[in-house]
Amino acid sequence: MRPLQASIEGVGVLGPGLPDWPAAMRVLTGVSSWQPAPPTLPPPLLLPSAERRRTGDVVRLTLAVGLEATARAGTDPATLPAIFSSSGSDAQNCHEICEVLASAERQLSPTRFHNSVHNAPAGYWGIATGCRAAANSLCAHDASFGAGLLEAFCQVAVDRTPVLLIAYDTSYPPPMRTVRPIPYAFGVALLLAPARQAASVPHIELSWSTASADRMEDHALEQLRGSVPAARSLPLLNLLARGANGCVRLDYLDGARIELKVSHAAGP
Amino acid sequence: MSPLALTSFTATSAIGRGLDATLMSLRAQRSGLVPCSFETVHLDTCIGEVPGIDRVKLPAQLAEFDCRNNRLAWLAMAEDGFASSVAECAARYGAQRVGVFLGTSTSGILETEIAYRHRDPRSGALPQDFRYRGAHNTFSLAAFMQRALALAGPAAVISCACSSSAKVFASARRAIAAGLIDAAVVGGVDTLCLTTLYGFHSLQLVARTPCRPFDAERDGISIGEAAAFALLERPDERLDSAGILLLGTGESSDAYHMSAPPPDGRGARAAMLQALAAASLEPGDIGYINFHGTGTPSNDAAEAHAVASVLGKEVPGSSTKGATGHTLGAAGALEAVLCALALRVGLMPAGINTRRVDATLPVSYLCENRAARLARVMSNSFGFGGSNCTLILARAG
Repeated sequence: MRPLQASIEGVGVLGPGLPDWPAAMRVLTGVSSWQPAPPTLPPPLLLPSAERRRTGDVVRLTLAVGLEATARAGTDPATLPAIFSSSGSDAQNCHEICEVLASAERQLSPTRFHNSVHNAPAGYWGIATGCRAAANSLCAHDASFGAGLLEAFCQVAVDRTPVLLIAYDTSYPPPMRTVRPIPYAFGVALLLAPARQAASVPHIELSWSTASADRMEDHALEQLRGSVPAARSLPLLNLLARGANGCVRLDYLDGARIELKVSHAAGP
Repeated sequence: MSPLALTSFTATSAIGRGLDATLMSLRAQRSGLVPCSFETVHLDTCIGEVPGIDRVKLPAQLAEFDCRNNRLAWLAMAEDGFASSVAECAARYGAQRVGVFLGTSTSGILETEIAYRHRDPRSGALPQDFRYRGAHNTFSLAAFMQRALALAGPAAVISCACSSSAKVFASARRAIAAGLIDAAVVGGVDTLCLTTLYGFHSLQLVARTPCRPFDAERDGISIGEAAAFALLERPDERLDSAGILLLGTGESSDAYHMSAPPPDGRGARAAMLQALAAASLEPGDIGYINFHGTGTPSNDAAEAHAVASVLGKEVPGSSTKGATGHTLGAAGALEAVLCALALRVGLMPAGINTRRVDATLPVSYLCENRAARLARVMSNSFGFGGSNCTLILARAG
């Protein structure tokens, strides 16, 4: 396969002990130590108050990281096609629907129901930002970050457009937590664009690899990488945080890894 | 965009298992909608159920994926030589060069809904045999299909509510154009479950009698289930004049409301215009439109105005949901396959159940089948979250 090319114009991160991308950079480069605690998700102030009341963690999480990445890139989110990728989207809402449906009355709330769609964060993103460009919502279980990344690189390559990738996961409450133990909410946003001549913007080449995926040196961060599908992005974030040239391999589906060659040189 | 060929396609829904049975129902203008007696559901509505799903037994090596949704996928992929066409395709390009892009909204959640009734009374734990990855997770459908068809390329489920399995065509065409893959299995599978039956009921969007899209007295949807698949490849010398092509895709967002379109249908309009531009076509090139046409008062009105603003009000169209019900995450692929069938045999299918077309809507709605040689057709799919997708299909010659 001919490698796919894109540049990364902006990054947003929100996870345990990682309140934003600058803080994540300090942790990943060893400037500060990692103190994992459930992340504080900011209220979705861009939404009209009626909508704001109806939203759960996934909407707060995706808005926060998406807006951080676009702000860092100085790009108006209202113009960007977006890709949302998640293993389970709104885990809490799913649990509550299943509880209601197991009860005698089965009185499901209309809001719970429309929030149950996997693309609910994409819908609220559009309402919040006014963006009418295409939004896609994907799932590939543990490979969800990789699946979103592939979709993003294909859009950049074929449609020649910048695109915002938002990968995110949230925790299930019991009893689903036992069968799908995601310990923390974690979200990452990457604003990808057709590769261009700019020394300040990392350039990425994407191809396949059969070698094993990179792990995080720090044991606790490696646990985070392994336990939250969206955190499979950590080896890439690690390289970006260091501003270093290099190559990372990310988990994808069984038997396939995604290889990303990152360069900070003066473009292709 | 460069056209892609649908080298194999199939559909299974309440109006038939496979294309021959489906075509017989379409020709007879027969609806598959019947009063709901599904599972433990007590709702006064009609549903489009596929008979025989409960009796399907997956082979042992696929047992971890057992759920209503994957059973229907298994039934459907055996029809019309679809699975064997995929095997030939994988032999031609290599299993790693064939992608899997499938749409579903609820995957195997019925299993979870039932499991929640059987939690341990003290600990609240789910039953021991509950399978998250194989049944519950949204990706289960694509993982199952990839394994069942022995494919090893990229795979994803696209879950954008009722536009899901139209959007898979757009993602697959990008992956092929980018050189990531040479061919793709695309499609959608959604099956009856309590979440959607009670959920649409809570929104007061469910009709009591079989749904009547575009009728002056339309009063909501009827929920159905379906599986529909297509194999997408670059056209080559095997393509004859009866072959079916994907010419254009268009995708947009409403940025308006989670469960209702803007009254002027501007998002739908943007998707249609984008699909026409991708196909390098003029509005007058479209000979038939398969409306999303769910049968709710506001959805049909918004779509009618959007379509009229793009194609004019003369292009003949219908919603096939009166026959199949609204198959949600499978609707986009099901209706794309019905369009492919319409192109192949020269039939514009009637929008059945509709008795008196709403005179306030600017549409040329077909209440009877019409035989016509069709060259190019359009199919609309719209979903919650304001997700819109339009596909344009054509005969090769």
